[in-house]
Parts: sequence; C-alpha cells; structure tokens
Amino acid sequence: MDWINAIVQGTLLGGLYALFAAGLSLIFGVMRLVNIAHGDLIVLAAYLGLTLSTALGIHPLLALGLVVPIMALLGYALQRGILNHTLGDDILPPLLVTFGLSVILQNGLLEIYSADPQKLQAGAIETASLRLGELALGYLPLLMFAASVAIIAALQWMFYHTALGRAFRATSDRQDVAQLMGLNRAHVFGLAMALALAVTAVAGVFLGIRTSFDPSIGGGRLIFGFEAVIIGGLGNIWGTLAGGVILGIGQSLGAQINPGWQVLAGHLVFLAIIAIRPRGLFPRMDG
Amino acid sequence: MPMSEPILAISGLDAHYGDFQALFGVSLTVEPGEVLAIIGANGAGKSTLMRSICGLIRNAPGAIRFRGEAIGGLRADQVAARGIALVPEGRLLFASLSVEENLIIGGQMGRPGPWSLARIYELFPILRERRRVPATELSGGQQQMVAIGRALMANPGLLLLDEISLGLAPVVIKAIYEALPGIVGGGMAAVIVEQDIARALSVSARVYCLQEGHVALAGNSGDVTREAIAAAYFGM
Ligand SMILES: Nc1ncnc2c1ncn2[C@@H]1O[C@H](COP(=O)(O)OP(=O)(O)OP(=O)(O)O)[C@@H](O)[C@H]1O
Ligand SMILES: [Mg+2]
Repeated sequence: MDWINAIVQGTLLGGLYALFAAGLSLIFGVMRLVNIAHGDLIVLAAYLGLTLSTALGIHPLLALGLVVPIMALLGYALQRGILNHTLGDDILPPLLVTFGLSVILQNGLLEIYSADPQKLQAGAIETASLRLGELALGYLPLLMFAASVAIIAALQWMFYHTALGRAFRATSDRQDVAQLMGLNRAHVFGLAMALALAVTAVAGVFLGIRTSFDPSIGGGRLIFGFEAVIIGGLGNIWGTLAGGVILGIGQSLGAQINPGWQVLAGHLVFLAIIAIRPRGLFPRMDG
Repeated sequence: MPMSEPILAISGLDAHYGDFQALFGVSLTVEPGEVLAIIGANGAGKSTLMRSICGLIRNAPGAIRFRGEAIGGLRADQVAARGIALVPEGRLLFASLSVEENLIIGGQMGRPGPWSLARIYELFPILRERRRVPATELSGGQQQMVAIGRALMANPGLLLLDEISLGLAPVVIKAIYEALPGIVGGGMAAVIVEQDIARALSVSARVYCLQEGHVALAGNSGDVTREAIAAAYFGM
C-alpha cells in the first residue's frame, strides 16, 4: 500500500514538474533559447504570490489572477528588452545572459525577502483529502495536478490549432521565412516568453503552496524542469507531462526507500532513461 | 518606356554579406503590372537582389523604393506588410506546417485582394487534395505550388519568384509556367529570376542581366539579341 501511495503522490508531484518543464520546452522549441534563469523565475513567481496574497489578504490561488499577467508582461519585456539581442548563430550569449539573470534574481530576492523560508498559506484545503480505501489524496495536490494537465492540454491545443501556435511553429522552422510572412520575429519571441512565464507563474504559486521556498531553490527547480523535458523528449508538449510524472514517481519511490534519497532517485531515473533513449521517450519525429 | 511611376525603383544598390560585397550599384525599375526577368550566371547576385528587395538583407533606405516609399532599411516583415512577397529559391516551406497551414500563414497579414485559399485551390487543385499533408512530404512540383500559393495568399502588389523551376522535371516546369499568366496581371507586378533564358524572355516584357553583382544588360525582352545576352552573361 505504501508503494502504491508513493506512486500516486509521485504522479501528483509530477504535474508540478511538468509545469516547470512546459515553459522551458516552449521557449526552447520556438527560439532555441536555453533559459538558465527559469528556476529563479519560478521562485520569483512564488514570492510575487506571497506578496500579493498577504498584501491584499487574498487566497494564493486567487492571487494567480495577478501573478500570471504580471509574469507574462515581465516575460514579454525581458524578451524584447534583453534576450532578443542575445539570440543569433552563437548559442553562448543567451546562456551567459540568462545565467547572469539567474544570479541577479537570486540576489534581488535575497535582498528583499531574506533567506528565511516562506510558504504560501492555502488554508483549510491544504489538509482536506479524498479517501480511496487506504489511500488519502489531498484535494490540493489533486486540484493542482488537474490544473497542470489542463494547462499542458491547452498549450498543446494552442500550438497545433491556433494562429499563434502556427506562428510559433513557423518561426521555429525558419525564422527568416517566417519574417517574409509578415511575422515580426522579435514580437513572436516576446509572445512565446510571455506565455512561458504565464505557465511559470502557475508553477511558482503551486510550488509555494506545496512546499516552503527561499531565494536559493531556483537551481534545483531548473534541473527538475530540464530532466522532465529531456525524459519526455525535446519539443513534445505531452512528453513534458510524461517526463514530469516519471521524475515525480522516481523521486517519491526513492523517498519511500529512504527519505534522503528523493532527489538522488529522480536523477538516477533521468540518467537511466537517457542512457537507454538519448532522445527521450517521445522525441518529435523531425527533431 | 511607360510613363507611369514605377512600382519598384532600385538605385545604386550595394549589398554585402559581412565583408563580401555581392551587389554593386544595381539600379532597376519595375512598372505596375509588368513582368520583369532577371537572368545571370550562378553567383551573379540574383538571389541577393531578391533578398534585398524583400528585406532579408537590410540596405540603405533610399536604395529601394516601393510605391514611392523608401523601404531599403525596413525589416522583412515590414516589407511584406507593404505588399511584396517572395517565392524563395529552394521553396523553403515550413516543415512543421501542413500544406493548408503553409498557405494560411502566407495570408496571415490579412491584406485584401483577389487571392484566397479557395482561389489557390482552384489554381492548383492537387493542393486541396493534399491539404492535410505536411508540406515537405509533397513532390518537388507540388511543393513549388505551395510556395507560390503561400506568396499569393499575401495578395502582394509585387511578386518575386526566385528560380521556381529549380530541380523540377520539364513537364512540371511547363505546368507551373502555364499557370503564370493567371497569376500575374490584374495589377500585380512580378520579378522572375530564371536560369532558362528562353523561358525568361518569353514570359517577361523586360529583362536585366546581372554579372558579378553588376547590371550588365537591360532591355526589352523582345529586342535583346543572343550576342548581347551572351556578352552580358559571361562578360565576354
Ligand atoms: N549567405 C551568404 N554569405 C556569404 N556570401 C554569400 C551568401 N549568399 C550568397 N553569397 C555570395 O554572394 C554572391 C551572389 O550570390 P547569389 O546567391 O545572390 O547568386 P545567384 O545569382 O542567386 O546564384 P544562383 O544562380 O546560384 O542562385 C555569390 O558569390 C555567393 O557566393
Ligand atoms: Mg540564386
């Protein structure tokens, strides 16, 4: 029973990892940008949720209504103001700049919020759970998992069935030819980053509700996101969900064996999968 | 020479790839509704000229004027919005998009005009049958139809066609050129880059020959002599 419980809890945790991964995957897919600051942006979103929910006295999930548009706007401005200028044939400048951004975010958050761990208070729903025989499923993890799946599904639909998704795919294929279609690359990239950070906003607030956080934890979240992307297969949106869930299950099974092994077990699962399938479980056909 | 204002006027255009200069003081005009042919040997700068016109290579603003406006310094998407569409050499379709999506994205600026998805399918019925297929899975000739259709969907005032017969079987080339009269005319001007000189002369009113980045010959397609072309082509 404990093992089944571990798998179920790991699956629910995996939904969160899939959200970490979805933003990374989207921007890598559209503009081949590896965003080293992604984890710190997740943490930034958690702090934004904290500030807004305490300042306005609202539930953190309600604060999402503000955190999401703020992060989206920030993403657009960041892309147009800084990141677009680093993109080119050389892959090094965007890595260096997002690394610098990561350092700036961590230090800025440390300055404003100190190193004390914080948590978003979600109230009574945090302890409420659904009993299925001997399994106890928290309503909150269930809700967050459902939201993650819905967001991934919405991203997938957007990518393949909307004009914006078409613009993303065309720009990803051939930036220069996409320009010939009247698509301004700088704007398309800005929209991609806005969307990625909107997803990141949800990920950050969910993270802050699940666990305590401090300014230093961004790097770890970045790694989990990367691992979920790679396990699922680069450029595959549903793959990020599979990758997140596999990583989550790996971690919770590891913790079941020994509480100290949670993170290590996740890394081992990741290594095992790329050893067997270097391109991930569900690589894109043309990738 | 027609009396009206040229739709496109290029004067003293220099184009560079880094330190390498590919065009030297190129000047030419395209009249409204006219089909102009550009010929020249491999590496003469024909594609560079096309890329300069549509903004993929940025130039001095005044070097290229479209309907009187200086567009030489604009980005490609800004040039496209003003009504210049390119059928690029090698077609360059979007591999992640279906045939129909390639066409739709060509029209995503919403410029008004005679061309619509329905009319493209009328012109090239095979594309309707294959509209759900990823564009790059089509045969070369069908891909070229998609590339032409994609450019037409923008309802351009000026259509640039860069070697649309490249790599296609003669019968397919013939079919595509037979569709051309139904495409140009009706107010749309066109610039056609073509290696096949006889074909270039037969579809155009005027012809320019480029040689190592310079205009080596300009004349009416009906009047230029074989000798003049040979001299302009090979620099003899
Ligand atoms: N991306 C590039 N970088 C550097 N040089 C280039 C580039 N593209 C073209 N050139 C050079 O510019 C010159 C003109 O090339 P361009 O492609 O315009 O010729 P072209 O007339 O279209 O030839 P073709 O008939 O082979 O298509 C050539 O010397 C070519 O080597
Ligand atoms: Mg060429």
